Amino acid sequence: MKNFGGPALFLDRSDINTDEIIPARYLTEITKMALQPYILEDLKIGGFDPGSEAVRQANVIVTRANFGCGSSREHAVWVFEVNDINVVVAESFARIFRQNMFNCGMLAIELPRKDIDALFGLGEGTAVAVDVAGERLTAKNGDQEVSLGFTLNGFDKELVLAGGWLAYADRKY
Amino acid sequence: MGKTIAEKIFATHCRDNPTPENFVLSLDVVMCHEITTPIAVTDLEARGMDRVFDAEKIKAVIDHVTPAKDSKTATQGKILRDWARRHAIRDFFDIGRNGVCHALFPEKGFIRPGYTVIMGDSHTCTHGAFGAFAAGVGTTDLEVGILKGVCSFRLPKTMKVNLTGALPPGVFAKDVILAVIKRLTVNGATDKVLEFVGPVVSSMSMEARMTLCNMAIEAGATCGICLPDRVTAEYLWPFIKEQYDSVEAAVADFRTWHSDPDAVYDGELTIDVSQLVPQVTYGYKPDEVKDVTAMEGTPVDQVYVGSCTNGRIEDLRVAARVLKGRRIADTVRGVLSPATPAIYNQALQEGLIQIFMDAGFCVTNPTCGACLGMSNGVLAEGEICASTTNRNFNGRMGRGGIVHLMSPASAAAAAVAGHVTDPRPYL
Ligand code: SF4
Repeated sequence: MKNFGGPALFLDRSDINTDEIIPARYLTEITKMALQPYILEDLKIGGFDPGSEAVRQANVIVTRANFGCGSSREHAVWVFEVNDINVVVAESFARIFRQNMFNCGMLAIELPRKDIDALFGLGEGTAVAVDVAGERLTAKNGDQEVSLGFTLNGFDKELVLAGGWLAYADRKY
Repeated sequence: MGKTIAEKIFATHCRDNPTPENFVLSLDVVMCHEITTPIAVTDLEARGMDRVFDAEKIKAVIDHVTPAKDSKTATQGKILRDWARRHAIRDFFDIGRNGVCHALFPEKGFIRPGYTVIMGDSHTCTHGAFGAFAAGVGTTDLEVGILKGVCSFRLPKTMKVNLTGALPPGVFAKDVILAVIKRLTVNGATDKVLEFVGPVVSSMSMEARMTLCNMAIEAGATCGICLPDRVTAEYLWPFIKEQYDSVEAAVADFRTWHSDPDAVYDGELTIDVSQLVPQVTYGYKPDEVKDVTAMEGTPVDQVYVGSCTNGRIEDLRVAARVLKGRRIADTVRGVLSPATPAIYNQALQEGLIQIFMDAGFCVTNPTCGACLGMSNGVLAEGEICASTTNRNFNGRMGRGGIVHLMSPASAAAAAVAGHVTDPRPYL
């Protein structure tokens, strides 16, 4: 299993759609790696710079509600994967994006609003560690620390442990 | 306890229940297009898993960028084409026979009541118009679908959307679904099925029902669904006439796929459409919707009629009614993309293409093209498009471009006026 966690990137907006995560004009690429430079290129948040150090460093995204809505493109998950981001923590996800994350053996963690607020409270420079088996997430920034429990659907957890849906389905069906 | 149609389809297609909440369904149709499938195909090849579960149940089309616009899109088409040939996928639609997937596949009779359908495309929910469970999926789900004929879903809850009253003149299925999304918001139906019922749905054509279901995803829904009835049976008749003695027999059989009277719903939304006026989006989310009257005068650079939402024959007829005997404004570029060759042909025979051309529209071949900002009408920075498509996301039709979603009547009226305007005086 992958190691889940690392520096967090905060995206303070709800309803971030997959066109913002990876615009359709890059869907003609046929390798995942080719998507790497285009991460979050069309994201509409005041002051956000997709080329920033914070984006380059991030292993975890912390964001608001309905993350990953819109187009079903799994490219939105891959562009994270090839940028070493394998955890997204949000108040809620669009169905297809959430399923794509687990299908790729990555983590889409849902937390209630107050927990998301607590993470945003830590601010830039926060690092997140995720214990999948124990379903616990710990975020640290300097001497501030927030420890939060989360719940994974049993099947989603199996997918993460199996390394994704293809490996799971190939074994089972 | 009674069951909803979605629960009935889940019960009859359940291959596995890894948890009580998670269902692995066997699939009746797996649909493929050249944007999301090639990467699945190359991945399966790399893993030594280049197989298909059932070539008959796989349908494939090159529709998003066709004819190819550059080497990359040509390569995507080639990968899909070679794969379809290699696996003897008979229902593969290449140039000359191709059209927008969610218009083409229903037209070919591939979707039937009670079916399970997936595609690597979020607007797969369109096919729920036939009383099928049809959902958009990502590439990994598509790979497993191609390989094993299964897909996993959480048991969806169903929200009933009750459409009452009667549609006033100049108000169409597109206006209704925009009003529904405005009420539900962009995630109001996440993980749910939207079951559209009521007299308004019963009196809608299959084309209008597809428009309704097409945008269910814009409220976050897994699928939109209409209960199959006589309208469904008549639409499908050419494809099912060997199976049934009469349309009545088909209608009776389709009742298997009606929700039980005591089925349990997760929420109900009733909208009386009698007072509804044409609806238009502003902003960058499909739930940012206003009455057309509140948007009056918003300038427009391009008008696009087409897509899986509103590129069908009825849409072209309505737009042509507005355009007949009129010219589009000098400041506007008009682009029409009939959604399939059959629609294009029908429009030619009915003289609709002539009306569009006389009005100053450019008519393209059937393709998605401009809808997702890839070809045939991409917007420049800051340009505004009045569009019959389904997404107004930032950059959707071209980087920095702005999209206002509306019905074909409203789009045609905007073309003539040169700005967003109430289409009703034009009809
Ligand atoms: S017409 Fe637009 S929304 Fe429909 S399938 Fe094509 S790109 Fe997607």
